[in-house]
Amino acid sequence: MNQYPAWKYLLILMVLLMGVVYALPNLFGEDPALQITSARGFAIPLDIDANIEDALVSENVGFKNKERAGNRMLYRFDSADDQLRAADAIKAALGEQYVVALNLAHATPTWLRSLGGKPMTMGLDLQGGVHFLMQVDMDTARSQQLDRYVDDMRSALRDERIRYVSVRREGNGLLALLRSEEDRAATLSLMRKDQSLQGLITNEMETEEYFGISATVQEQQLLELQQTALKQNITTLRNRVNEIGVAEPVIQQQGADRVVVQLPGVQDTVQAKKIIGATATLEYRAVDEANDAFTAAQSGRVPPESRLYNDTTGQPILLKKRLIVSGDQLIGASSGFDQQTGQPQVSVTLDGVGAKRMLDFTRDNVGNRMAVVYIEQKPGGRKIEEVISVAVVREPFGKRFQTTGLDSMAEASQTALLLRAGALAAPMEIVEERTVGPSLGADNVEQGFKSVMIGFILVLIFMAIYYRVFGLVADMALFANLVLLISLLSMLGATLTMPGIAGIVLTVGMAVDANVLIFERIREELRNGNTPQASIRAGYDKAFSTIADANITTLIAAFVLFLFGTGPIKGFAVTLSLGIVTSMFTAIMGTRAVINLIYGGQKRVRKLAI
Amino acid sequence: MKFLNRKTNIDFMGKRKIAFVVSIVLIVGSLVTLFTRDLNFGLDFTGGTLIEVSYPEAPVISEVRSKLADAGMTEAVVQTFGAASEIIVRIPPREVEGESSAEISTVVLGALQQGVDGEVAMRRVEFVGPQVGDELTEQGILAVVYALIGIFLYVMIRFQWRFSVGAVTALVHDIIVTLGVLALLQVEFDLTVVAALLAVIGYSLNDTIVLFDRIRENFPRLRKASPLEVVNTSVNETLSRTLMTSMTTLLVLIALFIFGGEIINSFAFTLIIGVLVGTYSSIYVASTTLLELGVSKFDLLAVEKEGAVVDQNP
Repeated sequence: MNQYPAWKYLLILMVLLMGVVYALPNLFGEDPALQITSARGFAIPLDIDANIEDALVSENVGFKNKERAGNRMLYRFDSADDQLRAADAIKAALGEQYVVALNLAHATPTWLRSLGGKPMTMGLDLQGGVHFLMQVDMDTARSQQLDRYVDDMRSALRDERIRYVSVRREGNGLLALLRSEEDRAATLSLMRKDQSLQGLITNEMETEEYFGISATVQEQQLLELQQTALKQNITTLRNRVNEIGVAEPVIQQQGADRVVVQLPGVQDTVQAKKIIGATATLEYRAVDEANDAFTAAQSGRVPPESRLYNDTTGQPILLKKRLIVSGDQLIGASSGFDQQTGQPQVSVTLDGVGAKRMLDFTRDNVGNRMAVVYIEQKPGGRKIEEVISVAVVREPFGKRFQTTGLDSMAEASQTALLLRAGALAAPMEIVEERTVGPSLGADNVEQGFKSVMIGFILVLIFMAIYYRVFGLVADMALFANLVLLISLLSMLGATLTMPGIAGIVLTVGMAVDANVLIFERIREELRNGNTPQASIRAGYDKAFSTIADANITTLIAAFVLFLFGTGPIKGFAVTLSLGIVTSMFTAIMGTRAVINLIYGGQKRVRKLAI
Repeated sequence: MKFLNRKTNIDFMGKRKIAFVVSIVLIVGSLVTLFTRDLNFGLDFTGGTLIEVSYPEAPVISEVRSKLADAGMTEAVVQTFGAASEIIVRIPPREVEGESSAEISTVVLGALQQGVDGEVAMRRVEFVGPQVGDELTEQGILAVVYALIGIFLYVMIRFQWRFSVGAVTALVHDIIVTLGVLALLQVEFDLTVVAALLAVIGYSLNDTIVLFDRIRENFPRLRKASPLEVVNTSVNETLSRTLMTSMTTLLVLIALFIFGGEIINSFAFTLIIGVLVGTYSSIYVASTTLLELGVSKFDLLAVEKEGAVVDQNP
């Protein structure tokens, strides 16, 4: 007798039911949709629906349904045409404070979604989009860090009224020269105290005339710098991507100094690259009011503490070399109107260190002007420096302040955008790019789907012919295996890529192996003259350890693949591993259950259809 | 239906001398090919830029080349890809002062569009920096080495060291011969091929383990038989399974090769070769090595019989 206890049948049924439910969302496809988020990352006000729907009604566009999730709103539409018209209408109605992104939203029914069901996301190679791997240029970041130490050191010495001969960079460290032993002692104690001068290893040294201090940056400090630079860059990239309005971007750290950026569905890759790849920083600098910029520009004699720039209108302007605040100390920026004058303005928020420096500067410089310099680093060392705004300091300020004197609201919002999205803590370089156009993506989906179906059907036919009833049972298991695999991948939120599809195909081919092993054993037992029931039992029992050993070794290979692979290779490894696990379940337990149901209850089985 | 209707009794091991010569020829031939022709490394490893576009109508390749040369891309290689209206432009890594990767593809796309009515549609742009390529080569080799070590240890625990040596020898044989075929036919070697190679390892091993399992089972069963006879019987007993599984896997792979599109081509091809070579090597490399190392029934006495496993059987 070959019979399973009832609980085993129940278990198999439960697992299959789960598989079907969680694989189901993949059948529903996608709706064209609009995703609305706040440009500043705030929550969306509750009454925004009315605004949006008024706009839609006036444009005569209907929507399918809407959904609020965290700080985003999602509207689904019946057609791509409706979606585009709605996008224009909503953009116009909400203004620039909100980002309206075109999106494809899963059309999974609500009851499925309430169970946590969601379809697999398609990889960039299937839906089209841009993938960048960017590497942070740590050498430049370190060099910038040294420059900042030099600046901080100078201003600290000035504040403490310690006279120095020079403070400058020297190779990978900095060098301060002082006139007396006492000055040096005072400087050293200052360096221990001052918050902005931590993380340096100091050495005393003498030159012929002066008393020197040479300092290098601690390794720990450099590592921290690398970490913060990377985090800062990721935040900045995220802001920039939000400005473009990409629906589901991926921005992640990879390794110690790399960032992966994936923008699914982006079509204008040139524009995306421009925005992502721009390595811009911002600096606040004081305007040199003591000297005349025109004279300096004409004579070419620029005062040593200043540099000559051009302002937005192309006029020369002299800015102090000493930096007040740089872009990485900026937390937020937004445009709006001055409540009293009605003038356009940009409100800026600085972090603690920046706020303190700003306060120190503005206290002494009321009535003077301050400029914002936008610096873009081009590959190969070229540098674009532009003064994007010049404004008079009206009163001392620190953490929050407004810049007025802008010509128009458009200029205000442009400046705010640059300020918000501007700062990268360290320059980055694109080391890998993969862009897939939408037409290739669609081809890949079609070809991938087709090859899976053809391979699958061929195997089904082959098995049915070769093993008859047992073959059909194996076919059922194979189908169940495919459903389980898809449901597991969906539940894990895995991304389906071309190599992933190849993994599924390969799993199908190899899943059959377990059944082949079992069925060949059963045939062998029958040939040796055993009864059908005993042959079934022996076939399953004897094949089990073979199947387990064979699959575990394949799992080892898949695991190594997962450890060493990146991106698509990882996808292949995950699919293969999951496929091995699900195939063990369906090919052994699943087929046994069905075989038991067919033959197990009969007292005398004369012949097995195998 | 049955391929092998009765118990087969082919003297596989009797021909192991011939097979040995065949294996040696395959390995030496592959190594020679690898050293003389080199693998056709894809963009993933060499670095550089690849741009695939589709034209409204089939372009004249020589014109495309001269347009690119005019735009400063003198080292560009232009090929049709699949259909005649689709072309691929490959540009080796460039060290041009002040030029970024992002700009290369923009320049190329601009140059291709020139003088063409209708849109030249970008289908794919891939850029890999030189530093990434070097890392991938290193990671690929490491992945294979670690997979082999992991497998060696597992087989040693479950079987015995002679079996480990046999299995790993067969795998090394498979990798070398597959690589040799890839080099001979100049199949593009990209990241998916590395994945395919590891899948080949997985597959070939699967085959070997099934055979070893049977050998382990047959040693105590066929007490009077010599090791050679035991191996022969085992190969015969597992033969129909070996053929059947290879067949189904090949069916699927051929479907993938024909219908899966250009991107998956190299992957499917590598696996097809790997499955063929892997099936051969389980019989003639793994088992032959086992025999040459002097495997005997005493080697497996310490190994527990399968009783413990059977209890957990579903």
